[in-house]
Amino acid sequence: MEKQRFTLSIFTENVVGLTNRISIIFTRRKINIESLTTSASEIEHVHRFTIVFYSDCKESAEKVAKQIEKQIDVVRCFLYEDSETIYQEVALYKVAVDNLKDSDMVEEIVRKNHARILAAKADFLVIEKTGHEEETHALYEELKPYGLMQFGRSGRISLSKERQEISSLLAEYDQEDAIV
Amino acid sequence: MSTATKEMAKEAKTVGQKPQRVTGAEAVLMALIEEGVDTLFGYPGGAIMPVYDKLYHYEDKLNHILVRHEQGAAHAAQGYSRVNHKVGVCVATSGPGATNLITGLADAMIDSTPMVAITGQVASHLLGTDAFQETDVVGISTPVTKWNYQVTKASEIPEAIAKAFYIAKSGRPGPVLIDITKDAQFEEVDFEYKPCTKVRSYKPVPVASEESIEVAADLINKAKKPYILVGHGVMLSKAENELLAFAEKAGIPMASTLLGLSAVPHDHPLYVGYLGMHGNYGPNIKTNECDLLIAVGMRFDDRVTGDLKRYAKQAKVIHIEIDPSEIDKNVKTDVAVISDAKAALERITPKLKEAKHEEWLAEFHACDEIEQKEVKDYALGSSTEKVKMSEVIKMLSDKTKGEAVIVTDVGQHQMEASRYYEFKRTDSIVSSGGLGTMGFALPAALGAAMGAPDRTVVSISGDGGYQMTVQELGTIFQYKIPVKILVLNNSFLGMVRQWQELFFDSRYSFTEMVNPDFVKLAESYYIKADKAETRESLSDKMDEWLNTEGPCFLEVVVEKESNVFPMIQTGAAVSEVRLK
Repeated sequence: MEKQRFTLSIFTENVVGLTNRISIIFTRRKINIESLTTSASEIEHVHRFTIVFYSDCKESAEKVAKQIEKQIDVVRCFLYEDSETIYQEVALYKVAVDNLKDSDMVEEIVRKNHARILAAKADFLVIEKTGHEEETHALYEELKPYGLMQFGRSGRISLSKERQEISSLLAEYDQEDAIV
Repeated sequence: MSTATKEMAKEAKTVGQKPQRVTGAEAVLMALIEEGVDTLFGYPGGAIMPVYDKLYHYEDKLNHILVRHEQGAAHAAQGYSRVNHKVGVCVATSGPGATNLITGLADAMIDSTPMVAITGQVASHLLGTDAFQETDVVGISTPVTKWNYQVTKASEIPEAIAKAFYIAKSGRPGPVLIDITKDAQFEEVDFEYKPCTKVRSYKPVPVASEESIEVAADLINKAKKPYILVGHGVMLSKAENELLAFAEKAGIPMASTLLGLSAVPHDHPLYVGYLGMHGNYGPNIKTNECDLLIAVGMRFDDRVTGDLKRYAKQAKVIHIEIDPSEIDKNVKTDVAVISDAKAALERITPKLKEAKHEEWLAEFHACDEIEQKEVKDYALGSSTEKVKMSEVIKMLSDKTKGEAVIVTDVGQHQMEASRYYEFKRTDSIVSSGGLGTMGFALPAALGAAMGAPDRTVVSISGDGGYQMTVQELGTIFQYKIPVKILVLNNSFLGMVRQWQELFFDSRYSFTEMVNPDFVKLAESYYIKADKAETRESLSDKMDEWLNTEGPCFLEVVVEKESNVFPMIQTGAAVSEVRLK
């Protein structure tokens, strides 16, 4: 069965141990996390996880999302297909200068891929490329024959096309009388 | 009371009081008292010693029960909570003390039992150094706790404990672990206590949409063959009366899951029996014949559903459930009523038309006749040489008039207890349902007896599970806890043996047990003990055992190779339940 790629946008409190609490929900279902990025969000003191994973179907992916949202320190967990988000990754490529004697060629590759040269040292160049995984991978393939000294790619960061009403949700929680 | 009013009440109480300067260890105990705790189950050790030292001065307020193994503390806390709805509390030291709690935490997690575990931890400057008795208990316990937290400063203690209790008992209850470093226990703090009433990222009690209530009521009013599945959630939300009002108004038959047992009295005219792998015949068969399934506070465990692909496909499904992650997890619902069971039932019942479904109910009774003839005549009859577990349970049910708290272990006796004990009172089953923890009964029963001191508490085990936590006889003896201990001894791990017989060509691989003298073992703990080896002697010995004040032990030698039927084999549909 062809697996489908999903992105989770998870809004959380910024607390110790939460990454473990979230990641073990994948572990128990034997799902590999393709990428995981955590950072601040647009709301002060609210953290954001972006997790990319593959799932057999949307139904199973939704079960993962619900079990994540159930965690005490998770405010909301949104599940998206690729088409529902704007996303980006950044990749860095360290290439030995010896292997790129032809400066025209470097320029061409960089220009063609809408990449840029981040650092030019005596013996190496660092090229930066932002884009989707497929794009950064294409550049990787292109540079590989010239001998890549190092390569690294960030996890996905993603913003949804739909409105995510986290601030109003938090305000609502704050106002509600808790019922025990 | 609104939050604002609660706040004012709290403030009024503390006006003019200067916060007391205490150690973190004492703050732990003061916080527990603030939460209304009066009973703890625990075991001391290096990293929790400051708390135990303070406990010495709190004996009048906190009744600490010294168990014989930390697993026993966790199960005792579970048993305590299951009978009286309070949060069970257990205490252990770091390292092995903490890891010994894990089985109990996992059990409480899967069976939604409110519990707070407090563990000691090495001093904060030693964290991560592989110090003596250091283990990452927060890491280890994460998958089996609703929430956990490590305290490294005394000032965090009141708030962490308040939050722990709030999270453990609210919404779908569960276990919470608070790990406290030794230096935080020694450090001083100005003790001020504020109960936790909300956590901003956590919404424990969702309110069902009006639409879901309307649609559910409409489906029920139109149904010809509606059918209620009663789960543990009914008791957790204290919705027993609301459930009866709901079912009686619309004339709907009710069956119970293992953990839902006792929520509906066994003799209620609409109660049709017990669901699942070894449940009653009618309740299983009729699941695949009803036109509307109304699940209340249950989670469609695989032991209830059998093959999901062939489970109630003909029926519409209403799922009343507090935990949104349970909706559509196993069974696709037509109407999800995401709510506390009591609140949902209170809202739906007024919208129901009065109805009776007598023909439909009669279909269940027709199934009962088949089960009586094919299963019960044998199970409750005296055709075998030795008495059978089912006979013992039925006798126990009759002698206690269905009024006892039944604490079971796991295996054949558990299934026979669920089948043949005729529960009359709610909160009367304490069984390890989801996790299936052998060794659960004895410690859980001592906890249940502490939690319900006015009730007869019976611990029922097989000879296998009994020996997994048998050391708790020491606890029962030391505190004179009036548990009636019953061991149904077939010298086999009976349920595994049954499966070996049915599915592994009777290759009894490592299931036969050579047992000690259980009577002498109990007597060595100064517990009065007896053994019934014949059918004829059983009744008198059971009377004597039940009527003895304080703890008492009875071993009953049962048929060696007897099977529990009916049975839904793994992979079979509920409608394929076999009678032999």
